[in-house]
Amino acid sequence: MRKIQILAGTLLLFMSTFLVQAQSTFPVNGVTDNREGCYAFTNAILVKDAQTTIPNATLVIRDGKIVGAGTGVAIPKDAVVIDCKGKFIYPSFIDIYSDYGMPASQRAAGGFNFGGPSQMTNNQKGAYGWNQAIHADVDASRIFTVDDAKAKSLRDLGFGTVLSHQKDGIARGTGVVATLANEKENMVIVKDKASAHYSLNRGTSTQSYPSSMMGSITLLRQTYIDANWYKNNPAAEGVNLTLKSWNEIQNLPQIFEAGDKWNDLRADRIGDEFGVQYIIKAGQNEYQRIKEIQSTKASYILPLNFPAAMDVDDPADLRFVGLDDMKHWELAPTNAGAFEKAGINFCLTTSDLANVSEFTANLRKAIEYGLSPAKALEALTKNPATLLGVYDKVGSLEAGKLANFVITSGPIFAEKTVILNNWVQGNKYAVKEESWFDVKGTYKLTTTAAAGTKNYSLTLKDGGVATFIDKDTLTGKYSFDGKMVKLSYTEGRGPRAVETILSGVSNGATWSGSGRDGAGNNFTWMASFDKGLVVNQDSSRQQRTPLQLGKVTYPFLAYGMDSLPKQETILIKNATVWTSEKDGVLKGTDVLVKGGKIVQVGTNLSDASARVIDGTGKHLTAGIIDEHSHIAAASINEGGQSVTSEVRIGDNLNPDDINIYRQLSGGVTTSHILHGSANTIGGQTQLIKLRWGANDDDLKFKGSDPFIKFALGENVKRSSSSQGNNRFPDSRMGVEQVMVDAFTRANDYQNALKKIAEDAAKLKKGQVAPNPWNTVRRDLELEALVEIMNKKRFITCHSYVQSEINAAIKVADRFGFTVNTFTHILEGYKVADKMKTHGANASTFSDWWNYKMEVLDAIPGNAAIMQKVGLNVAINSDDAEMARRLNQEAGKSVKYGGMSEEDALKMVTINPAKMLHVDDKVGSIKVGKDADLVLWSDNPLSIYAKAENTIVDGIVYFDRTKDAEMRKQIQAEKTRLIQKMAAAKRSGGPGGAPGNFQRARPRFEVILVCEDHYHQHGLLEVDAEDMESNSTENK
Amino acid sequence: MKKLLSYILLGLFTFSAAMAQETVYPGKEYKGLLFITNAVIHVGNGQVIEKGTIKVNNGKIEQVGQNIAIPADDVKVFDAKGKHVYPGLILASSQLGLMEVPTVRATVDASELGDLNPNVRSIVAYNTDSKVINTLRSNGILLAGVYPDGSLLTGSSSVVQLDAWNWEDAAYATDNGIYLNMPSLLTRRGGRGGFGGFGQQQPQGDPIKRALDQLEVVKVFLREAKAYAEAPTHTTTNLKLEAVKGLFTKKQKLFITCNIVKEMLVAVDFVKEFGFDVVIVGGSDSYLIADLLKQYNIPVILGQMHSLPTMVDDDVDQPYKTPAILQKAGVLFAISDDDANTRSRNLPFNAGTAAAYGLSKEEALSAITLNAAKILGVADKTGSIEVGKDANIVISEGDILDMKSSIITHAFIQGRTVDLTDKHKQLAERYKYKYGIK
Repeated sequence: MRKIQILAGTLLLFMSTFLVQAQSTFPVNGVTDNREGCYAFTNAILVKDAQTTIPNATLVIRDGKIVGAGTGVAIPKDAVVIDCKGKFIYPSFIDIYSDYGMPASQRAAGGFNFGGPSQMTNNQKGAYGWNQAIHADVDASRIFTVDDAKAKSLRDLGFGTVLSHQKDGIARGTGVVATLANEKENMVIVKDKASAHYSLNRGTSTQSYPSSMMGSITLLRQTYIDANWYKNNPAAEGVNLTLKSWNEIQNLPQIFEAGDKWNDLRADRIGDEFGVQYIIKAGQNEYQRIKEIQSTKASYILPLNFPAAMDVDDPADLRFVGLDDMKHWELAPTNAGAFEKAGINFCLTTSDLANVSEFTANLRKAIEYGLSPAKALEALTKNPATLLGVYDKVGSLEAGKLANFVITSGPIFAEKTVILNNWVQGNKYAVKEESWFDVKGTYKLTTTAAAGTKNYSLTLKDGGVATFIDKDTLTGKYSFDGKMVKLSYTEGRGPRAVETILSGVSNGATWSGSGRDGAGNNFTWMASFDKGLVVNQDSSRQQRTPLQLGKVTYPFLAYGMDSLPKQETILIKNATVWTSEKDGVLKGTDVLVKGGKIVQVGTNLSDASARVIDGTGKHLTAGIIDEHSHIAAASINEGGQSVTSEVRIGDNLNPDDINIYRQLSGGVTTSHILHGSANTIGGQTQLIKLRWGANDDDLKFKGSDPFIKFALGENVKRSSSSQGNNRFPDSRMGVEQVMVDAFTRANDYQNALKKIAEDAAKLKKGQVAPNPWNTVRRDLELEALVEIMNKKRFITCHSYVQSEINAAIKVADRFGFTVNTFTHILEGYKVADKMKTHGANASTFSDWWNYKMEVLDAIPGNAAIMQKVGLNVAINSDDAEMARRLNQEAGKSVKYGGMSEEDALKMVTINPAKMLHVDDKVGSIKVGKDADLVLWSDNPLSIYAKAENTIVDGIVYFDRTKDAEMRKQIQAEKTRLIQKMAAAKRSGGPGGAPGNFQRARPRFEVILVCEDHYHQHGLLEVDAEDMESNSTENK
Repeated sequence: MKKLLSYILLGLFTFSAAMAQETVYPGKEYKGLLFITNAVIHVGNGQVIEKGTIKVNNGKIEQVGQNIAIPADDVKVFDAKGKHVYPGLILASSQLGLMEVPTVRATVDASELGDLNPNVRSIVAYNTDSKVINTLRSNGILLAGVYPDGSLLTGSSSVVQLDAWNWEDAAYATDNGIYLNMPSLLTRRGGRGGFGGFGQQQPQGDPIKRALDQLEVVKVFLREAKAYAEAPTHTTTNLKLEAVKGLFTKKQKLFITCNIVKEMLVAVDFVKEFGFDVVIVGGSDSYLIADLLKQYNIPVILGQMHSLPTMVDDDVDQPYKTPAILQKAGVLFAISDDDANTRSRNLPFNAGTAAAYGLSKEEALSAITLNAAKILGVADKTGSIEVGKDANIVISEGDILDMKSSIITHAFIQGRTVDLTDKHKQLAERYKYKYGIK
């Protein structure tokens, strides 16, 4: 228990090199007490690193460093020798993702909120950058303080070194490598600037921007660009300490806290764009997409916080527990093993654990679930040390490295092994000192009282059980804390039982002390060790039942599949084919699909290799295209500013959205995922195909023209703001000016770049053109607007009332482009002629109205009138539920507007394809087009029509028969997991440590919307805005 | 027969471009005879009469059948050849007339402050000039249950007919129910995955316990109300206790808005303790305890068919097929449409969806006509085309449940001809006029 003080000694005359280092500026109050701390640990099983284990080895340390490790190491004369027979010595662990010693950050609610006021810029005083979430200037070594209480909790787990940083913000500055010794900060820092840190989490920033996943991503992208530009000292920027620091720390290891499988990929893509390979701090769910994770080629940092099992004792509560949550409970411990199997480099961390003391148990569970002990050791020693460039100092037991090691009672990850003590920089920290000697065994016990002497045979067993044998066998208890011992036994039963108690001190094999018997007589006692316990090998190594785990499905959700469905050759026979072409509706027609394309439309078609689907009595249409959707994204609204053309929905697609499958069941095959309507110039949109099970990139509709969302009216002027709006604009007058200003700036930006290009063209041979980005700040926001002006990006504009529609047209005319699509456009019927002249398309609702002021004049005849005026009109959903019935929504124009059935169907097939510029690929049944098809049970406009098969790229993604089977499988899998959780509760394993339980947790579903309507989706719906303002909060 | 033609024309072209909804008048009382002939009559009780005739006398249905003679007197005759005739649809539970524009506070009279407001009456705020009303009539909805929202006991509901000068005219059954808004018994969100809680302001403590405590407050109130009702006189008059007297005499039903099993079980508890006629409103998970609801004779008003499944794991079409499960179990249920975006106009199509997923078309029709009338306590007067009932009748070009054929040409409330003009038709005419299109 004695702690060796190393106060940077000055008296070590024979070590001149050390003498120089050992001088200190710190005065000593008293008599200096400098010691070299030379120790020799002998007879140990020395695990130098994950590959090298040396039995009967010696480890010698001096002055906090290792001076020898292995066999044949000379033991210095001045060494204190510690016999480690039967003990293991390991390099102590390194936690690469810690905030040890960092000041607690003040959490503050920030971000965009429809109801609250905005904070447009950084409120941190000083010469810092514009965004409060970018803390590139934070230097962890300057705010680091030793905190022995926290250090102890980590040392007790075997850690000796950490990389610590302040976990706050999107850029977090640098991290510091420090040991966990309880010494002055100066002495424990191993490397002061060891790493640079990033995340997608706004943290304590109270600024409104960014308020979304895509906003966080874009802020990072723009900051890389800005920092590069800042290298040329632009006068307009003055001194920007944030960007200056950013540039200074780019050569350090770059660590990105992503925390989730899709976020890992998002982070890696940012890195790819700017030539940075991040080390990615992962979550617990990467095993669900390990192939994609592998493709990042990043090193990972894995937390070990596994979800607790749920109480499964109430069927009414269980009803709301999600299959995915249950499956994740079962499979989360396989995450590290999956990384190992995929050959991905990784480290382990205590980060994210609610209580760090769970680390060891969870690590053992990870090993039980497939992680090899050797990899586990590397992930805690060599890997982090190597990534941080400190493997010359820590991470293995080599001469010259810091004396950071743990002494254990057995193989370090084995279930019964305990860490006896943990040495950090040559300082000993006791962990389970009492286990150094195994007190279990048989002792000769003698008690001496006035009445005489008695002899017992005392046996101490596992679990504090002691037996005292003289004539009878008495059972009792013992406890031992490494020094002090307590014993007791009881005689008799029930109320008349009497207890004899003893206490004393251990001097190794001999113990002595005093006692008091049941009658109140005092006595003294002595005990001496006789022999150890005979350990029954089998009893401690009971064979666990082999793990039986469910499968990973794609997506990892109900209705997910074990493997992705394959493209087929399909012949649909004898259907009523609604071509959405000039051929009209063809009865008794066959359609042949091959290689993902429609290859033949006709009668009496045949193909020997084709799967034949009988279409008799059924209707075949092109897949439905939803021009306005908000599914399958992690965030939808970046409302932090009025112009956010820089953000991209495509940066944050979420393939794990059940609404993809639900909409396939309603015949939807292509969806245009729009930014929300929180601001005038919203973000860049993403066209996707509903390829259920695909990853985020494969969802994208490749080769389609880029679009962007604009919005007008109530939402962007924040009419519903409950606390007053302070973000420009506050009226439709201002909305128009936001657009005019944005395009004016974009125009100036474009002209500046043109001028540079023209000047470059005039250069003579041999003259090198300057990099335009040295003079012009590349601006992602303006870049997107320039694309619009050059007709390379197209607008879909949320709009309602005629004045704003007209105004938007005039702005577009002034800057020489066309508003491609007006979406919602509920008063489009009032200005259909103007829209027609302008050349805009219209995408609207069938019958929504009167849910807010600007839709008072919305009418269900809108679509039909616009169509009669000559506009290309679509019916869209903007609603995860209604999207499943878009065919019927189109049918309403037959009722309200007298439209022909054929034209009505076109409003959800070829018309939206045209307005999205993909009518060459989808939207109709035509040879050569993508095989995106729906087979309906009835006339597709009818309320009775059900999609029986929905096909995308010739792949059947929805099949009503298969769906019925999947429903059964979902129930069966849930039942299995419920029973497993119940069993875990009863027995504590496998898969559930006793006590690690939580109340059954409802599986809430995040439904993202435009912030524009009031169609309730169900009890478990989580409001999008609510989610967004919190998604960047606390992880 | 000459007359009949003119009526059909009148029915289709009652508006002109110059009219506004302000000049759409409630129908005049008609004391004489009225016939609807050659119709496919969907009675509302499951029966269909092909080529049937309906005879209406002084606003009441006097005869329904196939061989009904039409006198040569001065009577109104509507030839519905090739058309379908239905009882007027009933929107069982709504805030029609109380809420004009949901996001504009000044236009909303839908809930009161406080937890125990059984004395609050929805009927007195029902605005017959709401622009929404006419759009519902255009889709065949002729009656509506109107309830006050709020916390716990929110007030009394009434049934209105949708062609009236003022709320007194509109009142069809006054204070027929007391509404109880059940506090949620769903375990609160604890945050999923990476998100540490969704930031909703949650009161401290166990929310389920708090909800049960709130319900106990309601029960204590009702116990005291029962005692109060039994005393012949009172020195202190208590309006709140007075307001629920009808529950004990079964002149009123207790409508409890709730959705999940635990909430519905608590609703059942009100039947057990007080013997009330209880109706569950919402009932999205009612299919899970259909047998139990049948056993206690608790009817259900389903809030909305066109809804997403509650759970990710649920059958993707669960809300659509819930009515078929209730039907099979013998539970009395109605389908309502509380979609705030379309303002309830899709009631017939909500029923149509139920028909696509397991109900027969006539069963689906009952869910928006006779069943609704039974649940609201007005089945003696309306809900079906049967002798003795008010002539609340709709004529449609085709199947009323299917949007592509659900084109309403005529409607009658208590025998009065309803003007089917609405704001939407007028605006459409206005701009067709501008563009010179038809």
